[in-house]
Amino acid sequence: MSPDLVKFLFGRLTWDAIPFHEPILLATFAVVALGGVAVLGLLTYYKAWGYLWREWLTSVDHKKIGVMYIILAIVMLLRGFADALMMRAQQAIAFGDHAGYLPPHHYDQIFTAHGVIMIFFVAMPLVTGLMNLVVPLQIGARDVAFPFLNNFSFWMTVGGAVTVMLSLFVGEFARTGWLAYPPLSNLAYSPDVGVDYYIWALQVAGVGTTLSGINLIVTIIKMRAPGLSLMKMPVFTWTSLCTNVLIVATFPILTATLALLTADRYLYTNFFTNDFGGNPMMYVNLIWIWGHPEVYILILPAFGVFSEVVSTFCGKRLFGYSSMVYATVVITILSYLVWLHHFFTMGSGASVNSFFGITTMIISIPTGAKIFNWLFTMYRGRIRFETPMLWTVGFMVTFVIGGMTGVLLAVPPADFVLHNSLFLIAHFHNVIIGGVVFGMFAGINYWFPKAFGFKLNSFWGKVSFWCWLVGFWVAFAPLYVLGLMGVTRRLNHFEDPSLQIWFVIAAIGAVIILFGILAFLVQIIVSIRDREALRDVTGDPWGGRTLEWATSSPPPAYNFAFTPVIHQIDAWWDMKQRGYERPTSGFIPIHMPANTGAGVVLAGISTVLGFAMIWHIWWLAALSFVALIASTIVHTFNFKRDYYIPAEEVVRVEDERTQALRSLA
Amino acid sequence: MRPNHPPDRYSPMQALKKIAVAPLLLALGGCKMVVMNPSGDIAAQQRDLIIIATVLMLLIIVPVIILTLLFAWKYRRSNEAAKYDPDWHHSTRLEIVIWAAPLVIITILGAVTWTSTHLLDPYRPLDRIAPGRAAATKPLKVQVVALDWKWLFIYPELGIATVNELAAPVDTPIDFDLTSSSVMNSFYVPALAGQIYAMPGMRTQLHAVINKPGEYEGFSANYSGAGFSDMRFKFHGLSQADFQQWARDVRGGKGELNRSVYLVLEKPSQKTPVQRFASVDRDLFDAAVNRCVEPGKMCQHDMMRIDAAGGLGMAGVYNVTTLEYDKRVRRGEGGLRAFVAALCAPPKATTASVAR
Repeated sequence: MSPDLVKFLFGRLTWDAIPFHEPILLATFAVVALGGVAVLGLLTYYKAWGYLWREWLTSVDHKKIGVMYIILAIVMLLRGFADALMMRAQQAIAFGDHAGYLPPHHYDQIFTAHGVIMIFFVAMPLVTGLMNLVVPLQIGARDVAFPFLNNFSFWMTVGGAVTVMLSLFVGEFARTGWLAYPPLSNLAYSPDVGVDYYIWALQVAGVGTTLSGINLIVTIIKMRAPGLSLMKMPVFTWTSLCTNVLIVATFPILTATLALLTADRYLYTNFFTNDFGGNPMMYVNLIWIWGHPEVYILILPAFGVFSEVVSTFCGKRLFGYSSMVYATVVITILSYLVWLHHFFTMGSGASVNSFFGITTMIISIPTGAKIFNWLFTMYRGRIRFETPMLWTVGFMVTFVIGGMTGVLLAVPPADFVLHNSLFLIAHFHNVIIGGVVFGMFAGINYWFPKAFGFKLNSFWGKVSFWCWLVGFWVAFAPLYVLGLMGVTRRLNHFEDPSLQIWFVIAAIGAVIILFGILAFLVQIIVSIRDREALRDVTGDPWGGRTLEWATSSPPPAYNFAFTPVIHQIDAWWDMKQRGYERPTSGFIPIHMPANTGAGVVLAGISTVLGFAMIWHIWWLAALSFVALIASTIVHTFNFKRDYYIPAEEVVRVEDERTQALRSLA
Repeated sequence: MRPNHPPDRYSPMQALKKIAVAPLLLALGGCKMVVMNPSGDIAAQQRDLIIIATVLMLLIIVPVIILTLLFAWKYRRSNEAAKYDPDWHHSTRLEIVIWAAPLVIITILGAVTWTSTHLLDPYRPLDRIAPGRAAATKPLKVQVVALDWKWLFIYPELGIATVNELAAPVDTPIDFDLTSSSVMNSFYVPALAGQIYAMPGMRTQLHAVINKPGEYEGFSANYSGAGFSDMRFKFHGLSQADFQQWARDVRGGKGELNRSVYLVLEKPSQKTPVQRFASVDRDLFDAAVNRCVEPGKMCQHDMMRIDAAGGLGMAGVYNVTTLEYDKRVRRGEGGLRAFVAALCAPPKATTASVAR
């Protein structure tokens, strides 16, 4: 073939892009490939393909989509954490003449990938997954407002994750840090495919996130059960509403910002270049106008989880419900007014810096109020230390320290000495791990029985909790100290041997966290093995208070045979107090959305489009773009969008539950 | 006019500070916490702020942690003796306290923030060199250019320049002007003062003073690419006499830093050794800020002035040419890139633009 033809067919993609000469990557690839083949083989052996496709991949059931989001997050957590271990190992050994085992070319990709994966493909899917699973149940709805859109959003998120993973084996990832500041991320300084992988992974996943935000807002606003006024909503639903408002208001900014960067890289525009009047600081502003609300997008649902968990396991109504709601809304609004605190050191005037410093501190007031509300919910409670409650207490003790260092960093002159240091790294891991991750583990342990009908093993859950809690402090307390010693982030090796001991301690901490992750996986496997012993027939294993515990576990496809009527905050608790009798007759057919493969197809094509754009394979990009439009149009002609679950089927399902409940009594 | 003896603005906090510092220093005395034990007045004031803010917040944090553990213990399920009140969920008095307590702390901290941010604004010329000592001497001017991956320091008043070596006399205010030739870096000498970004096409400022002679670490605090980890330099705090001697040594040495030398120097290199230049082109820093060190390239300030006056109209489209030596080539891919030609460009650039 002539070189021109090869270039036309494959764009920039050549054999050089495949890392044959990188033993670590080859081994990783071998493991992934073998694992993949094994999974595919098992699926074929058990003839599970049809089941998987019909019941899961094409499902529009919010519960299954929620579960799939969480599975995606756990898989990506393993990748993101492998990156973390590699960084910790490099920094623990690369001193003086010893350069470590990762040259900057690899190391810089690893810390970029670690940040991108942990935020976009671990924390976000965990949060979105839990919201998907729980919110419709908490408001007494049968599904989300736009069930197909929900499936499509999930697959777009997967498309983004696949794109990031591809960069491991085909080409390379960005070497820019997780926010890809220009000019470094511009064509002039990052001419290869790394930044393009970054852009297209986030753009594809971003579509999913934005659509899922719209979906959940409409669901919460329009689909609440009768009587469930806003001020009676469970706090998790409130925090979900606020989070999705934030998503819808901020993700388009991210999309636009990355689109401008794309234009700079593909069309030679000059939005963020140094020459021709472009200004890289504009990117820094825009990306943080998205980036700061993003951290509240992650933390608010975690706050919601803690609110549910603390009142359930204290056997007590949440203290200060209204002030909890107002605190959430205030945080939502204020989160837009603080972005500049990420770059006090870029030379803004003193008045601008103080304004953003003080608005940042003000956020700690409603956050502080929330902490006190949880505290006084525990007061005069009867606390059961099940796994979710352990995570909650661990969070309260850990998070306040992270909050304190955060306010410290909000004082501009203090930030001048701490910005970009390992102190900053310790701070944001303190709030993201101590807040978001702890919250998501609390949520998974809390709602797992709702999703699957059996509890998670509590021994391994506690092992996981203690490893995470201890591991976190062992890993990040040294980074606080190193930050005060003036050590900056993203360094590949160090001159000063006296620093080494701190990095070694931090690496030990990371290994302890690794045991926490492994214990979590063991917890799931052991629980599946012992599922009959852990089985919960009641649908209400914890003595729950909110509506999701009113239905069976796992809930039927239609969630509730009759839409419940709400009279009080903590609807299910109220129903139990008033001696609620489950209806056992009078069932009617239930109108439900039908599964569709369109989400898989559209997201698949979008991923191919992204891949073609990354490698400059223009014919494939054009083709997949046309295919994307065509498939969308074809999908609009699919009129098999809904079906009725016949009354007999509802009777059968409900009778089964009646029998099961009777056998308990 | 600035007061000769600036008031010590944290005097009400002095007692608080001393109480707080003692255990902190004891606990961490073993390691070299340069941020908590700096040698420059600005960094020392920034350290004080860290302590004040931390102590203020601990007033809330410590009770919260103690209460959390206390309640968790006291109200555990097995403790039947503890009072159980499942319907208690509101208390106006408590609500007022839990909103007011953080509010009070943040109000105080907000006031501290407002004043300290203005007083420690890196753009603000120093009015003191140490507590109770007004800044009387003329500041030393230093122009800093972050290059890939080394630091260029120009002393315009002394007519000398150095690479990866910075020196300044003690107790003399230093006025830094900073920019970058390529990507964003952050200029940071923890012992001296907080960091400030050095960014291409922009000029930032930092005012600082070093109070103790010594050799201090300086580096880029913002990741800037492959050579970032070694983008370090030594900052020498010298006595007046030693500094004069140092400057004489540099001036007596070899090397002239003109535009063509700069263009070679700014090419990416790692672990660059110290270099000294006995003389320096006076306009070099301005040209670096305005991105017109390369011959024939229009300076940004000219471009902005032309655009502010309405621009060149359609004619401006033709005033674009390509660089022979281009930054884009430096980190990988080839290909020439366009730039705006100076209006009085040398013949070669003009020919290129006419040819279009």
